[in-house]
Amino acid sequence: MKLTGAQALIKSLEMQKVEVIFGLPGGAILPVYDPILDSSIRHILVRHEQGAGHMAEGYAHVTGRPGVAMVTSGPGATNIVTPLADAMMDSIPIVVITGQVPTTAIGTDAFQEVPITGVTLDITKHNWLITDVNDIPRVVAEAFHVATTGRPGPVLVDLPKDISNATMDWYWPSSLDELDLPGYKPQTTGDPEEVSRAAELILAAERPVIYAGGGILKARGAEALFELATRTGIPVVTTLMGRGTFPDSHPLCLGMPGMHGNYTAVTAMQKSDLLIALGSRFDDRVTGKVSAFAPEAKIIHVDIDPAELGKVRRPDVPIAGDARLVMEQILEALASQGLGPVGTVPDTGSRAATRPDLSSWLDQIRAWQAEFPLTYNQEDGGALKPQYVVEQLRDLSPDDTIVASGVGQHQMWASQYWQFNHPYTWVNSGGAGTMGFAVPAAIGAKVGRPDKTVWAIDGDGCFQMTAQELVTASAEKIPVKIAILNNAYLGMVRQWQELFYAERYSEVYLSPDLPDYVKWAEAMGCVGLKVESAEEVAPAIEKANGIDDRPVVIDFRTDAFEKVYPMVPAGAPNDDIIVGPAEGEGGR
Amino acid sequence: MAPTAPAGPGGPGARHHIISVLVENKAGVLARVASLFSRRGFNIYSLAVAPTDNDRLSRITIVVDVESSPLEQILRQLDKLINVVDIFELAPEDATERELLLATVSADPAERGQVISLVGVFEGKIVDVGRDRITVMLAGAPSKLDDFENLIRPYGIVELQRTGRVALPKLERRAARLRSVAGGSTDPAPSKIT
Ligand SMILES: Cc1ncc(C[n+]2csc(CCOP(=O)(O)OP(=O)(O)O)c2C)c(N)n1
Ligand SMILES: [Mg+2]
Repeated sequence: MKLTGAQALIKSLEMQKVEVIFGLPGGAILPVYDPILDSSIRHILVRHEQGAGHMAEGYAHVTGRPGVAMVTSGPGATNIVTPLADAMMDSIPIVVITGQVPTTAIGTDAFQEVPITGVTLDITKHNWLITDVNDIPRVVAEAFHVATTGRPGPVLVDLPKDISNATMDWYWPSSLDELDLPGYKPQTTGDPEEVSRAAELILAAERPVIYAGGGILKARGAEALFELATRTGIPVVTTLMGRGTFPDSHPLCLGMPGMHGNYTAVTAMQKSDLLIALGSRFDDRVTGKVSAFAPEAKIIHVDIDPAELGKVRRPDVPIAGDARLVMEQILEALASQGLGPVGTVPDTGSRAATRPDLSSWLDQIRAWQAEFPLTYNQEDGGALKPQYVVEQLRDLSPDDTIVASGVGQHQMWASQYWQFNHPYTWVNSGGAGTMGFAVPAAIGAKVGRPDKTVWAIDGDGCFQMTAQELVTASAEKIPVKIAILNNAYLGMVRQWQELFYAERYSEVYLSPDLPDYVKWAEAMGCVGLKVESAEEVAPAIEKANGIDDRPVVIDFRTDAFEKVYPMVPAGAPNDDIIVGPAEGEGGR
Repeated sequence: MAPTAPAGPGGPGARHHIISVLVENKAGVLARVASLFSRRGFNIYSLAVAPTDNDRLSRITIVVDVESSPLEQILRQLDKLINVVDIFELAPEDATERELLLATVSADPAERGQVISLVGVFEGKIVDVGRDRITVMLAGAPSKLDDFENLIRPYGIVELQRTGRVALPKLERRAARLRSVAGGSTDPAPSKIT
């Protein structure tokens, strides 16, 4: 069968079972847009290519399948650089197809020529410039394989226009052997010796904590984590990227650690004698000052990426491997050392039989939880507190609602106050901290899981960066819901200026009414609502949850002076955690 | 990247590491390797790249000057590059290292004889002769090149170019403790390289 390169590309995407492409056409990618008309793949026309990239990420977050975006050369390609960087930091599998000027024009500064493979060299897991039409099916297969295996990540395929117009004999690589990836062999199972050492450490620990990261979600490992935590009785902290891997409702769940983590999660890690790091990477936002982080803890570090082992903190037991498979191996090793499933009695004479009792450790944890809960104060008739809005959203929406967020104070409140009881319900920009992520990521998530309620909890600053994608959502009938925690400020930056720059506020004020969010929402085909007081919160959320034929935007006018606590100042030891405002600071 | 000072990386006595990276012979691979080093803040002391006897593969020989823990980071990050097929770290004592030096030296007729005999002692070659300069070539162990460079310097070096070293594991099994990085195995089998 003879196909053009463009047809071969679309057919290759069909072979990969792609359901949806987020994209926007232009000159260099034009040939590929023609066969889309005849394809079963849905194309969603975005209003800005950054939106396409974040939609692909949101889709990947909730489905576990790679998100696909397609854009033209030059500015189309550079507009998707931010989502690539974002996906690289958070290990999100997305496949970005970019048009390129014809091979004959490459290097001549041709119209809309940008060397995008060079630009994205360091922010993709890998990228390809196709120079032979016959390579298209093989490279597409390679791209999906690389994006989704090992440590997942973004890939980019750059397709020159003359290559899309050329013809080739169709084929499809029938096995991995036909891919040309001689240097790519991700390791998935852990070294059995290290695994059994890990089990020994687990059974010897007196103050253990499981440090559960986003890698568990990528590995589809939430069930194995549940078994590991409940069988061992070890408490779990879930990082910003790992929220939902272990249910917040479970008594062993301590919630989020880190710079804005709760006191118990942060302090339990600090005081632990064993940290079991699973698919987490000792990010500076979690560790605070590294040399003062969890000083007495031995470390078991499980990561699919061997380069993470020892990058920040040298582990006592390093295990390179897939988090789910390694957890299953650890469970087996625990069983062979006497610790079987919950309810079974440890074999006498086994290591498990002489295991230290964790009850005083758990009592200590309960005491911290009682003494230092997350707090805020919604006064009657007082300014609307953002935390109250998040709690109301949580309580009035289905338990398995998917929540996307932007970056800033609202993000931290969303992570702190939502109850994540299911994996794949939290869609977030963690490593890159990309403002503007929420709206398009929520749209991508809703496309991937149309059966679920999808709320974006966004900041007013973030919303203004990518709000135009609500036009896409309206046009494509993707009924997402957006809660803007409108504090009229770039709030997180304002918080740092208040605390660390002697309240000298520099370029952080945005205004609550400019733009008029309700009118803007309506202009984009959404329902727009405004909420100014605590009493109006629940009725507005209920109204929004009842709308399923178009997007809804609620402009919540929240207290501009509210700050995110607890807080570990950047670079400080986690022991210096500040749990709340100083005496007399409060409500200014 | 070629050193102007004759001392080894980090000065005499400092520990250097030779990383021999087998890469796919594809466009842009060198850029990926170089970019990784700059992005992660690793310093390259010298770098040599050339095809191997397998036309699908090239070998990049990189000399770095680091403590051992960042070295492990370098190797693991390098190993993540999709086009990197294999990595061998060679301890200097386990490697046969060679480098090529070309130097144009001022040598007026009065001094020419001394320069030529120095080249002879080092088993170098005169490859070009001008009225008051000569160009010499010397191949050998990097330390030998360092010595030659020091001795020739007083005559006046007009231009000097070194290639950066290339290296292969020594053949004596016990000494050739070369470490395949992928999987951390100690399999020395250099045969799988080609
Ligand atoms: C693209 C981008 N630019 C700048 C920043 C730095 N930054 C982090 S949080 C923040 C403020 C966000 O404001 P808003 O969306 O209103 O959220 P708030 O903190 O007020 O909840 C800024 C500017 C960023 N993270 N991303
Ligand atoms: Mg704000």
